[in-house]
Amino acid sequence: MTAYVFLVPSIIILGTFVIGPVLYAIYLSFFDYDILSPEKAQFIGIGNYLEAFRDPVFQRAFKNVVIYAAGVVPTQMVIALLLALMVTSGVRGQNFFRVAYFIPTVTSSVVVSIMFLYIYSKTGVLNHILGWFGIPAINWMENGKTALLSIMMMNVWSTVGQYMVLFTAGLNDIPDTYYEAAMVDGASYWQRLRYITLPLLRPTTLFVSIMSVIGTLQLFDQPYLMTNGQGGPADATMTVVLYIYKNAFGGYFRMGYASALATILFVVILILTYIQKRWFGEEVQY
Amino acid sequence: MEIRSRSIRAILYVLLIFYAIITVGPFLLSVSTALTKTQHVHLLFQHWGIPPEPTLENFKYILKSGDFGRWIFNSVVVAGLGTLAKVFFNSLAGYALARIRFPGREFIFWCILATMMIPAAVILIPQYLILNKLGWLDSYYGLIVPFTVSAFGIFLMRQFFSTIPIELEEAAQIDGLSRFGIFWRIVLPLTKPALAAQIIFNFLGDWNNFLWPNLIARSREMYTLTVGLQTFKNEYYSFWNQVLAGSMFLTIPVIIVYLFLNRWFIKGITITGMKN
Repeated sequence: MTAYVFLVPSIIILGTFVIGPVLYAIYLSFFDYDILSPEKAQFIGIGNYLEAFRDPVFQRAFKNVVIYAAGVVPTQMVIALLLALMVTSGVRGQNFFRVAYFIPTVTSSVVVSIMFLYIYSKTGVLNHILGWFGIPAINWMENGKTALLSIMMMNVWSTVGQYMVLFTAGLNDIPDTYYEAAMVDGASYWQRLRYITLPLLRPTTLFVSIMSVIGTLQLFDQPYLMTNGQGGPADATMTVVLYIYKNAFGGYFRMGYASALATILFVVILILTYIQKRWFGEEVQY
Repeated sequence: MEIRSRSIRAILYVLLIFYAIITVGPFLLSVSTALTKTQHVHLLFQHWGIPPEPTLENFKYILKSGDFGRWIFNSVVVAGLGTLAKVFFNSLAGYALARIRFPGREFIFWCILATMMIPAAVILIPQYLILNKLGWLDSYYGLIVPFTVSAFGIFLMRQFFSTIPIELEEAAQIDGLSRFGIFWRIVLPLTKPALAAQIIFNFLGDWNNFLWPNLIARSREMYTLTVGLQTFKNEYYSFWNQVLAGSMFLTIPVIIVYLFLNRWFIKGITITGMKN
């Protein structure tokens, strides 16, 4: 009995606000449902899904998050790994560097966006520095060619610290005896890196990169904050979740259609999670 | 892996310091802009980022306007109560799943694990409709209650409780302590480090949360600091010194806590992976 009493609050909250809503979202996705006139809700079968697959903005949003993931994930992994290798190479002030690199991660997305809007503005510091090299000033966030890239750079900046910490933990898990044995055999730094460090870090890298791709698919705060919820200019920074939000709450109030988009996103994420579990299953033993 | 060569180490220091400038630079620039008079902002770069006549007038202006006090209060209430409830309920459930045998345990544990895979964006619309039915939109209930339990937190606490030697609890049981007594007086104190890491992490997550309060808080006096700051930014768009002074209220508490407790943060992030 006691066990159930202990579990009741969790079951009620998770049931009402997580499990129930998932089923409700799937149910809603088969309706034409407008929150302003709920009495007119109408069952339309897979109509919302058919519309979603033809919707050019939704396709654009998916394309954007794929570009985003393809650019951001490898970049943040490489920088994070290099920093982790440098920080753990026996330099002094290790703790100082770790603290400095991690600060962006603890900062609110609202503040990060404000700082970067300032940096990216026409009279901002980025244009100022580029001016030293004779590059003309542009408005980074209002230019369709640079807006997505700008958000990608900001995201790399704000997440590298987190991945560096994970890589550092992974590096510290590799037993010193491996390196000692390799050094006795006369292996160079690069050989040790190539044949010991990288293979043994593989589980960490795979895990972290798939988590990062899943996170990217759910990108919302930064494009919302940097573009006042519009995903502009001309959908250049539209993401899947931003489009769901815009459909449901951003003036269209199409809850049924937005639920169908959310369900599609959910299926994509489940597939990625499954792949991650499969890959992560074959963990390297040492 | 250690690098001993002196010349390579010199290059490493250059690279490490360069990257530290990249991460810390934007904050320093923000602080100095926040200390700059409006008529001097456009001159800032000519002075290498140092305000010609440093001033606190931007901060005074913000505090006088009144809204920020209310928003800070709301953020403290929402993040504080949310975190306390979360850590308490997660521990209770984690303990039951780790230590008590009862029918349906495996099933409940499996359900909780499954909810961890559900992305927040997917359930946003139903959550909103449910809160609407409950009449909790634009209220503290709506801001706090849906986040008083986290499946991931339950999972973590279960793992921690499983590592505590069971003999301690058996001894307490013989001494006549109830289940809750064992949990509250014996087991919980032993998990202080895990609890501390969870409190810091959850508080930070709730303090910085934007998506949810932006949806739920409709009236100005229910805004949390993140939502308020975003509104303030849109109203004072061209006054970077004031907007950046406003963002200090959100950032500085976090950075101070972080500087004192950074070991816990690092521990937390290695335990929790990239969740949160």
